[in-house]
Amino acid sequence: MNEQSDLSVIKEIKLKINGLNYSVEIDENMPLLWVLRDELGLVGTKYGCGVGLCGSCSILIDGKSMRSCLLSVGSVKGEITTIEGLGTPDSPHQIQEAWIEHQVAQCGYCQPGQMISAYNLLKKNQSPDDQEIDAAMNGNLCRCGTYSRIRDAIKSLPADTIFRGSMQNNGDD
Amino acid sequence: MNRKTFIYTSLIFAGGLTIGGYYLTRPEPNSNPLSASTDKDEDEVAITPYILIDSSGVTIIAPRAEMGQGIQGTLAVLVAEELDIAISDINVIHGPPSEVYANNILYPSKSTIRRMVNRIKNRVGIETVHANSHPQLTGAQSSTIDGFVKMRKAGAAARAVLIQAAAKKFDVNPELLSTENGNVVLPNDNTIPYTSLIDDAQDIQPPIDPPLKPRAKWKQLGRSQPRVDMVSKCTGTAEFGIDIRLPDMLFATVKLNPHIGAGVKHFDDSKAKAIPGYIKAISRNDGIIVIATNTWYAMQAAKKIEVEWEDAPYPATSAAHRMALLQAIDENKGTQRRNIGDVDTALANTDVIEGTYHVPYLAHATMEPQNAVACLSDGQLDIWAGSQQPGKAQYVGAEIAGVSRESVNVHVTYMGGGFGRRLESDFISMAVHAAVEMEGTPVKVTWSRESDMTHDAYRPIATGRFRGSVVKGKLDALYLDVCSPSLVSSSARRIYGTVNEVSEFLDTASTMGTIKQPYQITNYRVIAHTSQRLLPVGWYRGVGETQNIFFLDSAIDELSYAAGVDPLKMRLSLLDHEPSRSVLESVAVMSNWNSPLPEGHARGVAFALSSGASTAQVIEVSRKNDWIHIERVFAAIDVGIALDPMNIEAQIRSSVLFGLCGAMHGEITVKNGKVEQTNFNDYQILRMNQVPTIDVKIHESGSKLFGVGESGTPTGPPALGNAIFALTGNRIRKLPFSKSINFV
Repeated sequence: MNEQSDLSVIKEIKLKINGLNYSVEIDENMPLLWVLRDELGLVGTKYGCGVGLCGSCSILIDGKSMRSCLLSVGSVKGEITTIEGLGTPDSPHQIQEAWIEHQVAQCGYCQPGQMISAYNLLKKNQSPDDQEIDAAMNGNLCRCGTYSRIRDAIKSLPADTIFRGSMQNNGDD
Repeated sequence: MNRKTFIYTSLIFAGGLTIGGYYLTRPEPNSNPLSASTDKDEDEVAITPYILIDSSGVTIIAPRAEMGQGIQGTLAVLVAEELDIAISDINVIHGPPSEVYANNILYPSKSTIRRMVNRIKNRVGIETVHANSHPQLTGAQSSTIDGFVKMRKAGAAARAVLIQAAAKKFDVNPELLSTENGNVVLPNDNTIPYTSLIDDAQDIQPPIDPPLKPRAKWKQLGRSQPRVDMVSKCTGTAEFGIDIRLPDMLFATVKLNPHIGAGVKHFDDSKAKAIPGYIKAISRNDGIIVIATNTWYAMQAAKKIEVEWEDAPYPATSAAHRMALLQAIDENKGTQRRNIGDVDTALANTDVIEGTYHVPYLAHATMEPQNAVACLSDGQLDIWAGSQQPGKAQYVGAEIAGVSRESVNVHVTYMGGGFGRRLESDFISMAVHAAVEMEGTPVKVTWSRESDMTHDAYRPIATGRFRGSVVKGKLDALYLDVCSPSLVSSSARRIYGTVNEVSEFLDTASTMGTIKQPYQITNYRVIAHTSQRLLPVGWYRGVGETQNIFFLDSAIDELSYAAGVDPLKMRLSLLDHEPSRSVLESVAVMSNWNSPLPEGHARGVAFALSSGASTAQVIEVSRKNDWIHIERVFAAIDVGIALDPMNIEAQIRSSVLFGLCGAMHGEITVKNGKVEQTNFNDYQILRMNQVPTIDVKIHESGSKLFGVGESGTPTGPPALGNAIFALTGNRIRKLPFSKSINFV
């Protein structure tokens, strides 16, 4: 929503994403979301609102969830994990397994962001109650209304759910 | 290249078919879109347009838009059940657009099309009408009903062919063969995989009308199945239109006239040239397409482009839109759509209870903003898009690019929500314009959330006025005036360009939910009024029922209180339709309707026959100071036959919340000819903490099947309004409720 400055500063920016090193030459004001999606092809992270209202673009930086639509790429400090780094179809993370088990997704567009937010919650609090789940997940909109299954999936995760450090070596690569 | 890619890229359009019964016979050459492929692999066989078998496996074509409703899995299981193969062992794809994949439930009858053609041919030509009424359409919760017999017949026909093939190959009597888990079982118990029978199956004619398994023999249908899209959607690997990536692709966005539907007078992009990656801007339709090397660069450039817009073709304020509806009712030129008994006499001799209800425009607000990718190269146009009407996309693409429809490939992707929004083709049109401009290079055009919110085909604004009476505790008369802008005219204008108002008799959307209710009301009349042209209006989950059932059920609730009769008992007293009584009795039991509630709590009920299905909801609300809280929702819906209970439960919850979300908070307003809401801050979608627990009871009344995608949407708003009245004594007749009360 903020007026962007007219000053475009094209810079070479180095990023570590899902355990891999990337280098992009880009306007440092560009939100990380559009670097991930358009420059690097990591399209699991979704554009929903562009202003931090819907949570579809959530990613982890050093294990902490952030809105990639609000984060200029030049300001990123730390290692990035996207949904692609959380797990894969062949080797899903336990959160993803719980999502699959509970058949959470309908259209599925918001779900990468939902799982990133669930990760952020569960890493700090492995047995959240309903209010804690609400507080942690309220930033993630779902137009299909899958909330009850999201809640069930989160609650089903055992306390020994594996959170691999800051996820820096989580890729299969 | 994997199978999916092969089919998406190589199939060509098959036109000129007659539909109906077609799927039972082996298609003529070039009529089965799976056989028509010019470079089809030699080792594959397309037994029906729904099944493709090659040496690597079985692929089922589920030719309906997957927008979250789980239709692809349900359609595939219908085939897989009869084919005797597990859903987990097959590949499911959408496939190419083709008239073979007609939705025989929704596609207008020939006589309706003839009437439409007669009305508008002078303006647009018969060809245009035919081309635009493409029958492969996903909507109105019709896909399962449409597929219920034909998809199973396709599976049964393919199974019969494979048995014949095995009989020929092994020289045994086919009657001695059975099938199991993707194999033909020989008399010696040896199993022959379907995939090894392709050569022998090539020339065998499928049976015209193969028998179907009785329900008692179903192994997969009737049981919850894992969704075919679940793993990809939970790992970020499901591909939506917005995710398509092609070599050398450019990224674009749109800057649209805030006066929806009006054009561009002049634009100046000189300031945009300072944005890195900016390539160019072009004026098309009602806006500017801004092309760059990155979507964000395109969005930044769009902000810098200065445009002089044409004026809005509708009144400038919401108040004027609402006034237009009231004026249309007052002019009393509406059409009578239902008339039972003698309403005039009944209302002349008694105290009349009356009320005027109003609902605003609503936006679809799909989580995935509108987008499409297109590429025009060597006379070939490819479109990648989430479309609920891929044949229309094909037509629109051909028109804009100046190529034949046969030269247009439409690749239908997953949709990040549809709800009717993706029946439109505005987002496809803009992508094709960009592709024509940048010929040889693919372009992805992504709308900003703000463009998506301010340029929808909205759920119509509508007004409902009732007058009714009760005699000795019984509802005696009900007279309903409903008014909205014509959805059909608005839709036709977008498809055909400038047309006169389409005759009212075609606009059944405006009275949906009021005509075929099973209530036994002695004196009942419905008059439909059409306002002047207002904002563009379109097909929204639940369509006309989303307003009309709010009007009708609220009126019945008001009359129940006027009669001093329990509102649930009043509804039951008017119903002798057993499935309808049954859902009402269910929600009464689920909610303990007859038991007293604590102080500060109350319940409301609503009932409707929604697209033929009996649906009821009870909502319990509570009050803390000035805040209203939805404690719990109880929903009972008769689906006829439950094919996948877990998915049905998800769809009922989803459609209930969709209705409640709109009724609680949803409102699109107009000021200075512009839609005021731009994003999720001023157009609220329910968040997790605002969502009540929803208890669902699925009824199965028998042989007839009903769709479920929209079934929970219409009854939520009246049940909530009725509950709020029961709690507060305040009858809120104007939505959204949040304009009158605060929700917590």
